[in-house]
Amino acid sequence: MADLASAPTLLQAREDLKNKKYSALELTESCLRRMDAVEDRVQAYLHISREHAIEQARAADAKIARGEDAPLLGVPLAIKDNICTQGLPSTCASKILSQFKSPYNATSVDRLLKAGAVILGKTNLDEFAMGSTTENSGRRPTRNPWDLERVPGGSSGGSAAAVAAKECVAALGSDTGGSIRQPASFCGVTGLKPTYGRVSRFGLVAFASSLDQIGPMTQTVDDAALLMNVIGGKDPLDSTSVDVPVPDFTQALGRSVKGMKVGIPKEYFTEGIDPEVEASVQEAVKTMQSLGMETVEVSLPHTKYAVATYYILACAEASANLSRYDGVKYGHRTERAGSLLEMYENTRDEGFGEEVKRRIILGTFVLSSGYYDAYYLKGQKARTLIKRDFEEAFKKCDVLAGPNCPTPAFKLNEKLDDPMQMYLADIYTLSVNLAGIPAMSIPCGFAQGKLPVGLQLMAPHFQEETLFSVGSQFQLATDYHKQFPNL
Amino acid sequence: MSNELNIDAVARLARLKLTDAEKQKLAPQLAKIVDYIDLLGELDTAGVEPTAHVFPVQNVFREDEPVKNFPETDYLSLAPKPDKGHYEVPKIIG
Repeated sequence: MADLASAPTLLQAREDLKNKKYSALELTESCLRRMDAVEDRVQAYLHISREHAIEQARAADAKIARGEDAPLLGVPLAIKDNICTQGLPSTCASKILSQFKSPYNATSVDRLLKAGAVILGKTNLDEFAMGSTTENSGRRPTRNPWDLERVPGGSSGGSAAAVAAKECVAALGSDTGGSIRQPASFCGVTGLKPTYGRVSRFGLVAFASSLDQIGPMTQTVDDAALLMNVIGGKDPLDSTSVDVPVPDFTQALGRSVKGMKVGIPKEYFTEGIDPEVEASVQEAVKTMQSLGMETVEVSLPHTKYAVATYYILACAEASANLSRYDGVKYGHRTERAGSLLEMYENTRDEGFGEEVKRRIILGTFVLSSGYYDAYYLKGQKARTLIKRDFEEAFKKCDVLAGPNCPTPAFKLNEKLDDPMQMYLADIYTLSVNLAGIPAMSIPCGFAQGKLPVGLQLMAPHFQEETLFSVGSQFQLATDYHKQFPNL
Repeated sequence: MSNELNIDAVARLARLKLTDAEKQKLAPQLAKIVDYIDLLGELDTAGVEPTAHVFPVQNVFREDEPVKNFPETDYLSLAPKPDKGHYEVPKIIG
């Protein structure tokens, strides 16, 4: 058997499985061994479905032996725990769902399974995907594989850490305000938030329905394209999924980017950005120029309103979405339930963590009588202006490039008690969700010698192919994505 | 407008019972956040249409054909207190 100390890339795994260099079972077992070796330190997973995964790997091997093929046949993946998986826990890292097992699969999971994937387990997150560090997990924090004293980012911190620590070939995350891109950036992996509506949200536990989107977290841009080929496309079970043709995204990989225009938003290089982050991103811009891309300065003038707009709208939607956790149909129910009202209130007090409560209260406030116009409606109008900023910018360029986050990974506990500081760190990622456009984070350097820095690429609606072309060319010219932490 | 967030009133609307310790911790944090989001007040939005959804999706229709996806028992088995095919809750009408 080949040396399989840790997970290969998805592209490599596919080739090796086809060439029978190793079996799906051997590959799956190598991921499980890797977890045995590093999970006590990284804590990327909430649930490891060992037996299930071995069963699926054996089934994949039987298919391979019969000469069958499928796009992900025998490839072991990890799934963020707010994406429903039939028969496995789907807890959102919340006490209120700690015993919950979904009776159905999310459409994205269904598509992975039909494509032959093996599900290794469910990864950690900030409770209900609310947070930027994975410290808001109701179970335990995940650690950054590059520096165990630091956070992996969030909310898809478990998926990012599992990919960086090579505890899976690739993973799914979800992104409402940067929850795929920011942890991808902190952990030095590739993360794509697709166009809103590109991937079905059916079975993704709702946080802010007009912003949520599932996407791939992978070792390379090539791998993200392979996963998008499987999970993209209209789904009758999600009426907000958009009926536009899904191209073969792998065709965009390696495509020339010569003459393409890359816009640099000046508002993304202002006060507060870490000098090493800024230097890495500027270096990345030079690399893009060396690939034949032309740079133009653009302006996204409403960037300074993105944090306020996002927290108004996302919390408003969250307060409505999370009203379903009432202790009746599923999830936790309090033992202190004298009256119906007490049952609701105590169930929710016991079941939700602090950040979730904070956001429910803020969301309820901005929707409440007397404040709706000043906050919620105003936020929706500000959203229009933020969306228009991108429309104007894309008249001058094909793709935008900038930092993903102002800083590299924070230390554990550094921002836990100052939620406002934490929200401000999301400044570069939130606008993308408000505008519904696709964006990708790819590794572009290191700060303090070992902390990964991410480059954010943004494209117009449904132009993921542009991101794949630019991203794959960038990864042909650089080797940041080939560096992994020593664990 | 920042001091207008009355945590007791909003928690009641949100059906959240908070302990005194939680209220003491959350209230100043929320005041700070509300202060911050007041920033939108300076933005001129006269004549700007609100965006609830990035694409102009109107009603989405499908044929009304019943599909039996999941057995009834699967759903009831998820409930903390199922009772003879129903959900049990505390007494509602006195």
